[in-house]
Amino acid sequence: MNKFLNIICILLISTLPLKADIVVSNWDGYSAPDIMETFKEATGVNGEMAIHATNEEVMGKVTASGGKGYDVLFVSSPFAEALDKMGLLAEIDHAKIPNMKHFYKEAMNLDFDRGNQFQVPYAWGTTGLCYRSDLVSGTPSSWNDLLEPSDDIKGKVTMLSTDRWLLAAGLLSLGYSVNETDPSKLNEAKEKLILAKKNLLAYDDTVFYTKLVSGEAVMAHAWDGWCNYATWENPDVKFVVPSEGSDLWVDTMVIMKASSNKDEAHAFINYILDPAISTWTVENIMYKVPNVAAMEATSGMFEQFPNLGMSINELLKNETMKDVGSAAKLYAKTVSEILAD
Amino acid sequence: MNTLKRNILLIPGLAWIFIFLILPCILIISLSFFERGIYGGIVYNFNFENYSRVVEFTYLKILLNSSKIAFLSGFFAVLFGYPAAYFIYKAPAKYQIALLFLVILPFWSNYLIRTYAWMVLLNNQGLINTILINLNIIKEPLNILYTEFSVIIGLIYNYLPFVILSIYSSISKLDQNLIEASKDLGGSSIKTFFLVTLPLTLPGVAAGFIFVFVLSIGNFITPDLLGGGKFLMIGNLIYDQFLSARDWPFGASLSFVLIFIMLFLLFLQAIFVRKIS
Repeated sequence: MNKFLNIICILLISTLPLKADIVVSNWDGYSAPDIMETFKEATGVNGEMAIHATNEEVMGKVTASGGKGYDVLFVSSPFAEALDKMGLLAEIDHAKIPNMKHFYKEAMNLDFDRGNQFQVPYAWGTTGLCYRSDLVSGTPSSWNDLLEPSDDIKGKVTMLSTDRWLLAAGLLSLGYSVNETDPSKLNEAKEKLILAKKNLLAYDDTVFYTKLVSGEAVMAHAWDGWCNYATWENPDVKFVVPSEGSDLWVDTMVIMKASSNKDEAHAFINYILDPAISTWTVENIMYKVPNVAAMEATSGMFEQFPNLGMSINELLKNETMKDVGSAAKLYAKTVSEILAD
Repeated sequence: MNTLKRNILLIPGLAWIFIFLILPCILIISLSFFERGIYGGIVYNFNFENYSRVVEFTYLKILLNSSKIAFLSGFFAVLFGYPAAYFIYKAPAKYQIALLFLVILPFWSNYLIRTYAWMVLLNNQGLINTILINLNIIKEPLNILYTEFSVIIGLIYNYLPFVILSIYSSISKLDQNLIEASKDLGGSSIKTFFLVTLPLTLPGVAAGFIFVFVLSIGNFITPDLLGGGKFLMIGNLIYDQFLSARDWPFGASLSFVLIFIMLFLLFLQAIFVRKIS
């Protein structure tokens, strides 16, 4: 009996986390699976990797705990901005992240955080149309090709349903800003997106590339990097940024003010920006990174995946997606209304 | 002394229910009277705004539509489940266990995988469409997946075993003498079924129906996967409030409304069962 109890206790204890120096939360599969082991080998710091599925999920967790429990978070820029406005972020100490020298100068001067005071960019890109060039007649060039598809592709298009990007498609097609907060303009976008819903196969934020590969869908509203997953399996899948323009999204790394190991947190970010690690990111995640050395090292991939080779000017002419402050509530409500219709 | 000892045995169970059921429900209810901050979180400003929002047209429509989907799923699950349960009951005793075992067999694999299997079957490049096209029955693939229809198929499929089991247990408890009496008095098989068997097994039918309804109305995975995110059910709306809109107080008030609907239905079922027996 005693032995049995001992085994039960050991099993229970094994479910408790080991004490780590830093806890990092990232999207699943967004960094190398062994990143914490190689980081430990390089620096001796014990790190633990937690996973979040969406920005909102990790926002919910840190706002509920007052910022405690995590040291470094990977979040998209509007969320980094919101965390900063809530006073939950530590100031970035540039002296502790020497690898920022590999950045394009533009990555140090993004309009939501000039001089990288509260965040460090990890990857960046834009949103557009990912399509089967062999199954779509002509080259799509406008957001309206997605929202008002021609008869032959009706019912074969997918859209992102994450609130900011879903509304961005409607707003951009009407010539408005992706950060629009005017209720009447949001309403216009809503009406248009409700009409567009009739011609959708599905809303899909996660596996639209498999639908493109199987031919179930022929056009998808997609992030550039994710479109590359489909291109990788079928070279007929192409990506285009509509003529009305699109958004510039930046996935960032931030350090929590409540972190008690800020030095180690900085060391982790510095490690991620190491050209070898950043090169791994481009090669495996197929997203653009703001790291000159990594982009040069992977230039051989640009022919197969043209959106990786997009110039900095081309990328940065898109409007940065920013925090919309109190309009966030209106965004959420508008999206519910679109999805419920 | 004996009662005291027995009561002590209850403590772990009661403590579990209190900590993991009662306490969270109290938290949810109290949360629902506050409002969200600009960046999420909770502003402790007592008000009833969330509840007036629940009855706004947009959300009421989601609630009604979820009820419709849950009702249809429950209705068809009973329609398909009753004959199956009756067949199992009529089967030779030695096969009954095996048949019941087959009914619960799907639970051995993961819910998500079974739902994905339906996506593979139903999509426009999928198995069913490919076979129908190859047999020249249809020319263009049918759009079955990502419709309300496919959501209902998924829900019926997933909850059918519960209905079969609950109806089976009701039928197997039926007093055989009553059926024989009906036949002795000249009732045909059909008459006996509709006038004796069916009314007496209604508690099982009601339990099965309520089960499917309650599980369906709060489901969010099936509408998300088989409905392609185009059909928001109340479960999806609640999920979104917590995980994407960061509006916990509104999510809490929606949850409370849902809990209330479920309790009300279970209450009705209890009254119904009591009346019949």
